[in-house]
Amino acid sequence: MNNIIVLPMVIPLFTAIILIFFLSYVRVQYWLSLVALVITAALSGYILELIQREGILRLDFGQWPPPFGILFVADSFATILVLTASIVSALILIYAYYAGQSEHDHPRFFYSLILFLVAGVNGSFLTGDIFNLFVCFEVMLLASYVLITLGGRKRQLRESVKYIGINVLSSWLFLVAIAYLYGTAGTLNMAHLAERMAEAGPTPLITVISILFLIVFSLKAGLLLYFWLPGAYSAPPTAVAALFGALLTKVGIYALFRIFSLLFYHDPFVSETLLGIMAALTLIGGSIGAVAYNDIRHIVAYNVVIAVGFILVGLAIATPAAIEGSIYYLIHDMIAKGLLFLLAGTIVTLTGTGKIEEMSGLIRHYPLLGWLFFIVILSLVGIPPLSGFIGKVLLGQGAVQAEAYLLLGLAFLSSLFVLYSLLRIFLNCFWGETTISEGEETPLRKGLIIPSFILAMLMFGLGLGAELLAPYVKEAAETLLNPNLYIEPILYQ
Amino acid sequence: METLIILLTGFLVSVAVYLLLSRSLVRVIIGTSLLSHAVHLLLLTMGGLKKGGVPIIGEKTLAYTDALPQALILTAIVINFGVTALFLVLAFRTYQETGTEQLDQLRGMADE
Repeated sequence: MNNIIVLPMVIPLFTAIILIFFLSYVRVQYWLSLVALVITAALSGYILELIQREGILRLDFGQWPPPFGILFVADSFATILVLTASIVSALILIYAYYAGQSEHDHPRFFYSLILFLVAGVNGSFLTGDIFNLFVCFEVMLLASYVLITLGGRKRQLRESVKYIGINVLSSWLFLVAIAYLYGTAGTLNMAHLAERMAEAGPTPLITVISILFLIVFSLKAGLLLYFWLPGAYSAPPTAVAALFGALLTKVGIYALFRIFSLLFYHDPFVSETLLGIMAALTLIGGSIGAVAYNDIRHIVAYNVVIAVGFILVGLAIATPAAIEGSIYYLIHDMIAKGLLFLLAGTIVTLTGTGKIEEMSGLIRHYPLLGWLFFIVILSLVGIPPLSGFIGKVLLGQGAVQAEAYLLLGLAFLSSLFVLYSLLRIFLNCFWGETTISEGEETPLRKGLIIPSFILAMLMFGLGLGAELLAPYVKEAAETLLNPNLYIEPILYQ
Repeated sequence: METLIILLTGFLVSVAVYLLLSRSLVRVIIGTSLLSHAVHLLLLTMGGLKKGGVPIIGEKTLAYTDALPQALILTAIVINFGVTALFLVLAFRTYQETGTEQLDQLRGMADE
């Protein structure tokens, strides 16, 4: 029992409500929400340290012992993701503040909505009850529905209709899956479910339920069922798109990891073969999409898809090294995708177009922007000492150990496609003769480049300081691979 | 009784799917709302329908009603209400902005 683990969800939630009373004071809203996110990040760092000392923490709401009540569970995997999500969203918030200042269209509920989104994301990571997971997903999605439409341009409204439609449908499937699961197992507590699933073994009914969950979370994560993603992620303003790219699909990936490592690992057909095939197809589809478009926003959105495939290759292989690699890559990808979306959005804002053939020679006027873009390319491709490297090496090692050479080949081939698609942006936009004459360029404000700079530094930090993070990631992978480590502290302590 | 409710659920789902496949956005929204009602019935049935008891287990109780599905449905109804309200407002805004609520006209160009 430890009350501290509810705070990463409650702090953003209450701050978001308080912000509604300060609607006309944008500056107050900005500082309050920034402080809330920084406190959340600091607390999750502390929780991570606490888990290292005391093992998995749990909080039973209303003192109802599990499996009867709802509970929050903080293990290393969830807490690492909460920490990363809080840091990345705080940086994106800084960007949003300065971007909004220059565009004069600061929607008044913007900060509240971002905090609601973060509350939903953190809640999804920390919950230990599968229905509660659904509720937290909905909190996050409702905030994202409004965020995607904020500003109300035609394109945003059109894309949001599809985005909401597909998400309502997948939430429906989620509820259907929960209903069947409850009918079969008679419980919704994840640890209790894990125990009952282990007793029952892979009966046909449970396999069907696991496939339902696979469809639900694949839709949310963009695993194979990513057709809605490029449109939805390329429509909203830069800061919102960055938040989506960095956080939303990652929650789906987290849910896939949790569900398929804890509940449905008994049937290798679903948890290995099917997941492997879907991850492979995602890698192929994402790679084709990334090189097929000429619009920066689309290219960047397809890069999200490739990363989803890459991370889930680790889950399909499920050796200790591969899982560790996936966790490293997940952390890296939250930071890198946030940065990539911020930079792409900045380029679009500066030039007024998303088409790469219409811009040229940007590095002359914006050298820092260009070099940051180059760094993020290197990091996504996996050049040491940047943060993508360690994840890719560990995942490759795991794939070799498990002799999954096809997945290994596709995963690393996709890195080349990432390199090609992003270098195309870099060569077209930053090199060449500049089309803007001296003094006529749109000035790049410091507030827009500082968050990107900090994110780039974080990537260096994660790459060079992987050793510091290693004990936490190791423990996270261990808990994922041994469900008993998760069940024991919840049901029997 | 369970069989009857399951059949009703199936009927609601088929109606909802028919509505979801239509071109008009308003019909699609009504479809999603119906879909949720269907799943609420499913949740209720999955917990076992009422057997004439109170939701308290004692040593001598013979009939016992599961209270959890009710709690789940209550939450799901509230969420569904919120999402449907938001979706309707969005549909109205989209209609104002684009002048159409036919989904095939909302497809949008690839380049803009």
